[in-house]
Amino acid sequence: MTLFNSRKLPAPVQNRPSGAYKTSRWRMFLLPFSVFLGALFTWYFLVRFNVFPSYAMPGPGAVASSFVEDFKSGSLLNDIVASLWRVAVGFVISAVLGIPAGLWLGQHLTGRQAFLPMLNFFRFLSPLAWIPFAILWFHIGDKPAVFLIFMATFFPLALATMSAVATIPAIYFRVAKDYNYKGVELLTKVTFPAVLPQVITALRVSYGIAWVVIVAAEMVGCQDGLGYGIWEARNGLRLDSAACYMVVIGLLGMGIDRFLLQFSKLPNVRWGYER
Amino acid sequence: MYAGDMKDKIQNSRLTLQDVSLSFGTMPVLQNLSLSVNSGEFAVIVGPSGCGKTTILNLLSGHIQPGSGAIHREGVIRTVYQKDGLFPWLTVSQNISMGLRSVSDAQQREEELQSLFELIHLEDFKNHYPHELSGGMRQRVELARALAGNSDILLMDEPFSALDYQTRLRMRYELVRLLEKRPRTVIFVTHDIEEAAQLADRVLVLSKRPATILKELEITASKPRGLTDGEVVKAMKEILEELGILREIVV
Ligand SMILES: Nc1ncnc2c1ncn2[C@@H]1O[C@H](COP(=O)(O)OP(=O)(O)O)[C@@H](O)[C@H]1O
Ligand SMILES: [Mg+2]
Repeated sequence: MTLFNSRKLPAPVQNRPSGAYKTSRWRMFLLPFSVFLGALFTWYFLVRFNVFPSYAMPGPGAVASSFVEDFKSGSLLNDIVASLWRVAVGFVISAVLGIPAGLWLGQHLTGRQAFLPMLNFFRFLSPLAWIPFAILWFHIGDKPAVFLIFMATFFPLALATMSAVATIPAIYFRVAKDYNYKGVELLTKVTFPAVLPQVITALRVSYGIAWVVIVAAEMVGCQDGLGYGIWEARNGLRLDSAACYMVVIGLLGMGIDRFLLQFSKLPNVRWGYER
Repeated sequence: MYAGDMKDKIQNSRLTLQDVSLSFGTMPVLQNLSLSVNSGEFAVIVGPSGCGKTTILNLLSGHIQPGSGAIHREGVIRTVYQKDGLFPWLTVSQNISMGLRSVSDAQQREEELQSLFELIHLEDFKNHYPHELSGGMRQRVELARALAGNSDILLMDEPFSALDYQTRLRMRYELVRLLEKRPRTVIFVTHDIEEAAQLADRVLVLSKRPATILKELEITASKPRGLTDGEVVKAMKEILEELGILREIVV
C-alpha cells in the first residue's frame, strides 16, 4: 500500500461537529443502500405480479440461485478471469502505445495537423464495427477480443493525452528552460507529470469503454468470458443466468473503477483535481 | 551555520541592453532602450501596465530576441514569476532542489537545501505540495529555488502582486533579508510604487508604450526601509510625479 499512502496528508478540516460528521458518513452508506433495496423490491414485485411473463423476467431469487450454481460449477470464475485478462491485455497495449503517441502529438503541431482527423475518424467508429475483421484476422480466442479492446481504447487515450499536452501552461516550459531541462528529461520530468492527472482520468474513462466493449466482443469469437456467458445463457433460455452475469459485470466494473480512482489520490497528481 | 560553497558573494554579473527596439507585429513596444544593471544592484522597473516591463525581462533572460540592438549578459539568470512558477507535481523540497541541479555533490546539495529551508523558515513544509501552501509561502519557495546553487541574477516579474497587501509588506522584508544573506543582482518589475521605494537601489520609471526611460532615481537609504521613512515617502512622491499620477489625482 505504500504506493497510495507514501505520504500522510493533513486530515481534511472538519468544520462540523463530529456528530454531524458521523451522520453524513451514515448517509453516504445509507442513501445508496436504500436505493438499492428499492430497486430490488421493485424487481421482486414486477416478477411477483407477473408484469412480464416469467420466462422473460427472472426474479431475484432465481438469479441468486443461478449465481450459486454458476459459481460452484466454476464457469463464472473462469469467465471472469477470461474477461479480465482480455481487457487487461488490450488496455495495457493501448496505454503503452496511446499515451506516448498522445505525448508526441501534443508537442508536434505538424503531427497533430496530419493525424488528428484520422484519429477522430477512428474514435467515432464503433469498435464493434471491427468484429467481422477481428474474427477474420484473429480467428477465435483471446486475440479478436483483445484487438477490439485496443481499437476501443487507443484513440480516446491518445486524443486525451494529446489535448492535455497541448494545454500545459506555458510557464512550466519557461521554468523548465530556466533550470535546463531538455530532451528526454523535459519529457519525463515536466511534460509527463504535467499531464498525468488528465491521463489518469482518461485511463478511467477508456477503461469504462473497454469494459462495455468486452461483453459485446465476447459474444462472438470466444468460447468463454462474461459476454460469452450471457450469450450462452440466452441460447439456453437461461435468463436467470444472463441476469446473474449482468450483475457480476456491473459490480466488477465498479470495483475496478474504484481501484483506478486510487491513482488520482497519489500525492503527486492530487493538484490536478483540486482546482 | 553551514557556509561551505554556498553562494554568499556576488560574482561578476553583467546585464545590459543597448539601443534595443522591439515590435510585436506593427506595434512598437520598445524603442532604442538602453539600460545597464550593475553587479549587486537592486534595480526596480516601474511603469504603466502594458508598457513593456515583462518584455524587458524576457529580453534580459533571452526568452525573446530584440528586433535591433544588443544585449549582454554574464552570469546565471533565474526568474521569479508572479505565480504558478512552482511545479505542482513536486514537493516544496523537490522544487527547491531544481535550483541545485548543477551541484553535483549529493552531500553538498543536501546541506544547501537544508540551509535554504532555514533561510525561508519553511522546514515544516518540506514534503508539502505547492497547492497546500499559501500564496506567500509559495513565493518564498520560488525565491529559495531562484537563490539556490549558482545563480547570479534574479529577474522578478511582479513577484508579490498576486498576494494580499499584508503578505506583500512582509515579503518585502523577507526579500531584503534573504538578499542580505545571499546577495544577488536583481531586476525587479512592479507597478507597486511603495514596493519600488522600499526595495530599490535605483528606480527606472518607464513611459507608456513604446517604452523609454523617463527617469532614473537612486535611493541610497539603507535597507530594510520602513514604509513611512522619509526617504521612502520622498521617492514615492517622485515616482508618482514622474508617472503623472500625482498631478492627475490632485487636479
Ligand atoms: N507575445 C506577444 N505578442 C504580441 N503582443 C505582445 C506579446 N507580449 C506582449 N505583447 C504586448 O506588448 C505590450 C507590452 O507587454 P508587457 O511587456 O507584458 O507589458 P507589462 O509592462 O504590463 O509587463 C502589451 O501591449 C502587450 O499586449
Ligand atoms: Mg507584465
